[in-house]
Amino acid sequence: MTHFNAALVFALCASTVFGITQRNTPREMVRYGAYCFSLFVAGVIVASWAMWLIKR
Amino acid sequence: MANAQNTTAMQAKTAAQAGSMAYIAPLAGWLLPGLGHLIQRRYVRGVLIMLSVFVMFFAGLAMQGKVYSFNVGDLLDILGFIGDLGSGALYFIARNMDWGIGNIHRAIADYGTKYIVVAGLLNVISAVDAYHIAIGKKQ
Repeated sequence: MTHFNAALVFALCASTVFGITQRNTPREMVRYGAYCFSLFVAGVIVASWAMWLIKR
Repeated sequence: MANAQNTTAMQAKTAAQAGSMAYIAPLAGWLLPGLGHLIQRRYVRGVLIMLSVFVMFFAGLAMQGKVYSFNVGDLLDILGFIGDLGSGALYFIARNMDWGIGNIHRAIADYGTKYIVVAGLLNVISAVDAYHIAIGKKQ
């Protein structure tokens, strides 16, 4: 498993639980879960580019 | 008159059940991830929580992550133990089976350690959510 795949699995599981526990209706749960997932993935991509730039 | 007495008796019974569920649901949810939701008939949520926590916990073990034991040493180790304990029965099974020894030579093993800790923390959040459902704060 690559680091990126590991981060994706982490994001999927964490955002599923966040969505279920932090919102009240199923529609809101799905929307919040998707929002958290996209933030996790965007954070991973931004952090990896930041590390690439720091290394240069 | 009889109907009013029946209604009052039923309301008292429902309140008593909700009162006991407020203790049982979070405890069950902590012991087995998702069980707190399942026993309150939130089947889809329960199964999704169970899948998420199980996948994180066992993926962490597969990455050779470390399962912390009780310790009074380094603060991060103590916090790791508390996080791991959140997984309930999964933690005790892993400890009894000697899983999660850890491997400091593999970078991905450190990911695995974090996976196991976060699985426990997510399970605690889920148990609190089961409690909120039991007391009627959430549907």
